[in-house]
Amino acid sequence: MNIIDTLVQGILLGGLYALFAAGLSIVFGIMRLVNLAHGDLIIFAAFAILTITSMFGLNPFVSALIAAPLMFAAGWLLQYFLLNRTLGKDILPPLLVTFGLSIIIQNGLLEGFAADSRRVPLGSLEAATIPLGAVNIGVMPLLTFLSAIVVIVGLNTLIYRAPIGRAFRATSDDPVTAGLMGIRPQRIFATATGLAMVVVTVAALYLGTRANFDPSAGPSRLIYAFEAVIIGGLGSLWGTLAGGVVLGVAQTIGATINPEWQILAGHIAFLAVLAFKPRGFFPRAVD
Amino acid sequence: MTLLQLDGISKSFGALTVADDITFSVSEGEALGIIGPNGAGKSTLFNLITGTIGADKGSIRFLGEDVTRVSPMQRCLSGIGRTFQIPQPFEKLTVFENLLVAGAFGQQRGEREVASECAEILVETGLIAEANKPAGSLSLLQRKRLELARALATKPKLLLLDEIAGGLTEGECAVLVETIRAVHRRGVTVIWIEHVLHALNSVVDHLLVLHFGRVLGLGAPQDMMNSQEVREIYLGMEV
Repeated sequence: MNIIDTLVQGILLGGLYALFAAGLSIVFGIMRLVNLAHGDLIIFAAFAILTITSMFGLNPFVSALIAAPLMFAAGWLLQYFLLNRTLGKDILPPLLVTFGLSIIIQNGLLEGFAADSRRVPLGSLEAATIPLGAVNIGVMPLLTFLSAIVVIVGLNTLIYRAPIGRAFRATSDDPVTAGLMGIRPQRIFATATGLAMVVVTVAALYLGTRANFDPSAGPSRLIYAFEAVIIGGLGSLWGTLAGGVVLGVAQTIGATINPEWQILAGHIAFLAVLAFKPRGFFPRAVD
Repeated sequence: MTLLQLDGISKSFGALTVADDITFSVSEGEALGIIGPNGAGKSTLFNLITGTIGADKGSIRFLGEDVTRVSPMQRCLSGIGRTFQIPQPFEKLTVFENLLVAGAFGQQRGEREVASECAEILVETGLIAEANKPAGSLSLLQRKRLELARALATKPKLLLLDEIAGGLTEGECAVLVETIRAVHRRGVTVIWIEHVLHALNSVVDHLLVLHFGRVLGLGAPQDMMNSQEVREIYLGMEV
């Protein structure tokens, strides 16, 4: 029964990693922009939720609802005024600029919040569990996983069914021709990053309520996000969920063998996938 | 009424002059053909009219407004549509989605409002059977038709066609010409760059000859084709 418990915990943890990965995946998929500051933006959003929660004494879920449009606006402006300028044939400028952004966010947070580990308080919900036979399922891990599914279904619907999604795909395909069809590529890209920041806010809500975070926690979240995207296969949002689950299960299995092996086991699983299935589990057919 | 007016348009890339003091106008409802040898600056002229490259000198007026410094996107909204010599469909979108995007954004209307219009265009251009296929999977003829269909979805007042008949068989070409003629008859002004002269001359009212970025002549197709200068330079004929 212990193994089932481990698997369930691992799968649910995968939901969190999928949330980390989904935002990264949208930005890469639409703009071919590798955002090295993605992890730091998650931590930034977590601090935003923490600040709103403690300042107004709100429930963290309500705080996230308030933070989401603010993060959308921040993402929109960031893309429109800064990252759009880095896009082009050369892939180096976006890497350098987002790397610099990562350093600025980390140091800015350090300046504003000090290096202490924080956590968004959630009261009784933090430890609440649902007994399911021999397994106890934590309410928050379950909510995380369900949110990941809702986010992925929502994003897929938006990208493949809505007018703005068609504009995302058309602009991603050929920004110049899209301009001749009445689309403003710069704004479409800005909207895509804004959307990614809303997903980042959801990720930050669950990260901040279930684990400690501090200003320097971003880069390792970025690595989990990368690993989930690559295990799942570039360009597929359901793939990122699969990737997150593989990562989560590997980590919890590693942790049962020896608590020190948790992180290592995840990276080893990633390495194994990279060695044997370098395009991931669900590579997009065209591309 | 004058729809498009180019006045002394010039453009160089370094030492290479691709447009040299180009002046001409197109009236509403007219069909103008543009011919010239490869490298004469024909596609560049389209890029200047649609705004994907900016002119060094001169002005472009569309519907009486100066659009010389206006973005390509705004020019699309004011009614300039184009097709590309090498078809550039949004490959990962379906054929219908290609039109929906162009219709919704090119006319600033809701997708639902433009959907039936887009379906009609697909019927007219003979693509309706391909509606749900990814555009990347189309044949050359179908891609050329999609270029035309997508440009039409933006409801252009001025339609720029860039060698749309090139590379097609005689029969395919005839069908496409019929479609273009029908579009023109509906009142859409057409500027058409083409090497397939019999196709071009069956539609256009006037012919403009470009050579090294300059306007060599502009007049009735028959007069242009009979001009000694044009025959020497363009057709390479000794007369």
